[in-house]
Amino acid sequence: MVSRSFAIGLIVSALAVSISSATAQEVGSRAPSFDLTGTVKPVRFADFKGRVVYVDFWASWCAPCKQSFPWMNEMQAKYGPRGFSVVGINVDQKREDADKFLTGTPANFLVAYDTTGKVAEVYQPKGMPTSFLIGADGKVRAVHVGFKDSNREQLEREIQAALAAVRK
Amino acid sequence: MRKLFAVASALALSFLLIGCETVQPWQKGNLAKPEMVFDPDPLQIRFMEHTYFSKEGASGGLGTGGGGCGCN
Repeated sequence: MVSRSFAIGLIVSALAVSISSATAQEVGSRAPSFDLTGTVKPVRFADFKGRVVYVDFWASWCAPCKQSFPWMNEMQAKYGPRGFSVVGINVDQKREDADKFLTGTPANFLVAYDTTGKVAEVYQPKGMPTSFLIGADGKVRAVHVGFKDSNREQLEREIQAALAAVRK
Repeated sequence: MRKLFAVASALALSFLLIGCETVQPWQKGNLAKPEMVFDPDPLQIRFMEHTYFSKEGASGGLGTGGGGCGCN
């Protein structure tokens, strides 16, 4: 009797713990919406309806993020007119840290600030940076953790494929 | 009475376990600060690591690459 109530107590607490941890976004799942403050105006997920979106989670303290910025600028310039948007979601707790980073590493794409980590909580990036390529249908097409220069080609091909899927 | 005790201890245990919080990749800003490294001199770290794995006969496992961002 005693062990049974102990077990019930444990199960209840285990459930409580599992509810609090959100599930990560996987390929094929519907990308969760977000509404964040941006550098100039709010960045809303709904504003990108019908566009291919590259959501990149980055932080000022992350070295590979610095490497990825010139590439993301390049992609934004190259594919932006074809219906592609890069959204860099910063996860620094202090916005000043992000702004300091941005003065040294300029971003020619939309930057949003997730200082409380509420969007990161939903998307569950596995490392810094993590990018989610979201198709025009609002579904996650690819998830990529980290950034190396050798990833450039593969990532660009995924963007091209996502854009090609829109036109069909 | 014993049942109550069992439930209370289960609850107490669960509260203790809730304290075991995993630091999420996006929360590692403080861990990535240079002052969080055991030795601020990267060459010294490489040297120590080399001695260590030579002695142990196994390499890796000492700290994380890329400043604790979980990206390597």
